[in-house]
Amino acid sequence: MTEVGVLDAEVAPEPAPAPGPGRRSPWRRLLQDPQAIVTLVVLVAYVVLGLLADVIASHGPNEASLQAYNAPFGTDGHPLGADSSGRDILSRLLHSINTSLVSGLIGAGVALLVGVTFGLIGGYYGPRLRSGTEWVFALIQTFPGLLLLIVLMPITKGDYRFTMLIFGFLLAPGVYRITRNQVLGVKNELYVDAARVSGLTDRRILGRHILMAVRGPVIIAAAFMFGTAIAVQSGLAFLGVGNNQVPSFGAMISEGFKNLYSEPMQFVWPSLALGILTAALVLLGNSLRDALQGARRKPAKIAAPVVAPGAAVGSASPAGADDAGAVLVVEDLAIAYPTPSGELREVVDGVSLRLGPGETLGLVGESGSGKTQTAFATLGVLPPEAVVTRGSIRLEGREVLGLSERELRTLRGRSIAYVPQEPMSNLNPSFTVGAQLVEGVRASTDVSRAEARERVMALLTRVGIPDPERTFRSYPHQISGGMAQRVLIAGAVASRPKVLIADEPTTALDVTVQAEILDLLRDLQSELGMAVLLVTHNFGVVADICDRIAVMQEGRVVETGETTEIFTAPQHPYTRMLLGAILDEETVRTDGPAAVAVPLGTDA
Amino acid sequence: MTLYVLRRLAIGLVLAVLVTFITYLLLSPSFDDIVVSKLGPTGATPEAVAAVKTDLGLDRPIVVQYLDWLGGVLHGDFGISYFTSQPVGDAVASRLAVTLSIVLVALAISVVVSVTLGVLAAYRGGAVDRIVQSVSLIGHLVPSLLIAIAFVYIFAVKLGWLPATGYTPLSEDPVGWLKSITIPVIALVIGGIANLSAQIRGAMIDELHKDYVRTLRTRGIGTRSIVLKHVLRNAAGPALTVLSLEFLTMLGGALIIESVFALPGYGQFAFTSSLQGDIPVIMGITLFGTLLVVGVNLLTDLVNGWLNPKARVL
Repeated sequence: MTEVGVLDAEVAPEPAPAPGPGRRSPWRRLLQDPQAIVTLVVLVAYVVLGLLADVIASHGPNEASLQAYNAPFGTDGHPLGADSSGRDILSRLLHSINTSLVSGLIGAGVALLVGVTFGLIGGYYGPRLRSGTEWVFALIQTFPGLLLLIVLMPITKGDYRFTMLIFGFLLAPGVYRITRNQVLGVKNELYVDAARVSGLTDRRILGRHILMAVRGPVIIAAAFMFGTAIAVQSGLAFLGVGNNQVPSFGAMISEGFKNLYSEPMQFVWPSLALGILTAALVLLGNSLRDALQGARRKPAKIAAPVVAPGAAVGSASPAGADDAGAVLVVEDLAIAYPTPSGELREVVDGVSLRLGPGETLGLVGESGSGKTQTAFATLGVLPPEAVVTRGSIRLEGREVLGLSERELRTLRGRSIAYVPQEPMSNLNPSFTVGAQLVEGVRASTDVSRAEARERVMALLTRVGIPDPERTFRSYPHQISGGMAQRVLIAGAVASRPKVLIADEPTTALDVTVQAEILDLLRDLQSELGMAVLLVTHNFGVVADICDRIAVMQEGRVVETGETTEIFTAPQHPYTRMLLGAILDEETVRTDGPAAVAVPLGTDA
Repeated sequence: MTLYVLRRLAIGLVLAVLVTFITYLLLSPSFDDIVVSKLGPTGATPEAVAAVKTDLGLDRPIVVQYLDWLGGVLHGDFGISYFTSQPVGDAVASRLAVTLSIVLVALAISVVVSVTLGVLAAYRGGAVDRIVQSVSLIGHLVPSLLIAIAFVYIFAVKLGWLPATGYTPLSEDPVGWLKSITIPVIALVIGGIANLSAQIRGAMIDELHKDYVRTLRTRGIGTRSIVLKHVLRNAAGPALTVLSLEFLTMLGGALIIESVFALPGYGQFAFTSSLQGDIPVIMGITLFGTLLVVGVNLLTDLVNGWLNPKARVL
């Protein structure tokens, strides 16, 4: 009696990933899934049995014979016995299959036809038409479901096909919403724009390009709706809604239920047949989901980074011997992720970094070079799938790798802090800015709530927020991106950390705001004497504020040195290539690095 | 805020009126048959049918009949049953009480168990996660009808611990009431947990992958606060939507459960009245059912608005 599949897909709308080149097609994947094959075979067997019902059974489904009254299993002519009216159970089962399949076809078919059609229209055309379709489906959803099917008995006259037709409309809102969301997601994609520009009609675009994009979730929903329609039809027949001349699992279960104590097998047969049919549909739906949308998401553990068992973790040299004058030392760090085949693939491969007190080190490299992974490892916030395979991370002389989440928590905020890239997504939308900052201060120090609030207000003023009182009370969506980044910087420096990890702190901001944020970071750094590890791909930012640079490529540090040295005499070809990329911009490099007038928005 | 509530309430009432009107419209072609069956095969002469139709007001235009009914409803008069002469309002309310007492208890248990399991599964993984996944799969694989019958067979017939059928009102005998609803509630709870725990797990996982979770961790904030305060608060919105749908699904499931356990509930009442063609009762049942849907949706929207500060600006 559930509308599970439809709900599932709705609450967690995971866009179906487009199969990239070289990836197996979803249908091939489906046919390699044993669960899909078994359930498909079961369903095909049901269809064949249903079609051959009159051939296999020697009696009609309603043919009652007095001699056969409650005939037991294995009676001649009644292989599965007969019921209390002397009707052949095998024949009734086979004909019930047809009733169920027709119910599923009508219910799911109507739901698909109505839901997809209006979903395409509502999603593709403007908001005015959409508000119309929204109303219609809100109305459908207001009908009291199963109750309506019972209440309308005087008009359906118990014809299960008519009932399923109405039920199809009741199922349609789920399909409508899935389709509408998918269409809204893809209708502004470039390929749809291209189709529009090249003069294709709306009908063609809808029918060809958009329908292709939405088919995955809709197919999954269809499998579940098919099962739901069958379950509902059985339930209604069990209640007695329907013509008793139509053989159906529900009616057979109901009769069996009455004779449960004397003739339990009369209950068991239809229950088994119905149970296997609906289970096969649910399992097929799950297989379809896995094949079309990728495997379901795994739990997101909150825990310290996993260290590979037997990995050489910790300082290679005698405890902190060469750490003199460094607050953060990363040594030969390697981080790996499991591939689909189960092997580990290293994304960071032997990275070593040293960060002196008050120093700013730029960690530079293109996307995927492993710089953010290195930064997350120092904070102990790697994703749960990541595995540290070797190396050492020492914060103020203390080994960080292998510490528990609880132990790491005592370091975070006080010793090491973090400024993220994307300001908006890094604030919790449901809590005020002030509440989030106060909680951070109280988690990393021993101050009272009032003191924490005072400190947060002072910080907000310090980071240049014009009306701190108001920002304190604001929710994240009520402040601008630049303000949000200031708030995050305030949150990071609240407990005067020794090391600040800033991951592309200006990338997501307007060009005009970027310079202000960099100035703020620089000022705070000298004020608090923090060391800063600045992860970036922007050489303009590096030239602006970094003392030294480490260049990363494919998980390794290929070159380290003073900023001036690297800008004037890059040694590694990759560094030269990165620098060359910005110099294409007609910018002048005459006065050395400090004056490199690279537009801040330029990506290296 | 008040304006928003009033607007939502108005939309809900408009929807309820439309739903009952469409239902009346759908029922209207069968009015003749109903009158014939009321009179019985021998008494149904054309004159008698016409007389009864006039008597019941069924000879007027459909819209007039509907507005007449609606006018009565607005004055608290839901009509009188064609067959029992009982006021529809009282009859429906007493049946609804039975159904709601089962559904609400089942829903409350499902929520407590599902939130606990779903949250643990999402951020701990491991054994809890496997349990949630298996419970959810089994709950979906076995039709609730079969679960209910299996429970009757095991606990009532074989073990004799609980009554197999029947309902004892709470006001009469609290212990008897508890016993009479136990198996029906368990039968509903299994489906409820199967649905809700998987959905809450999914909503929590989606939320745990958000950037702000990492940032909160880097400030030294404890896992308990992150999971139970920050993440759960954001996951509650989607979970609540699922919960409201689950409530309606359970109401549907209760119709079947009532039949298995011979409970004098809403579904049974709807069934017998529809068989008889008792139009005032059918309309009353539809109205109350619709108002339940409207009420649950309104409540969901309001709580969602309260949870989500973006929706709160009004």
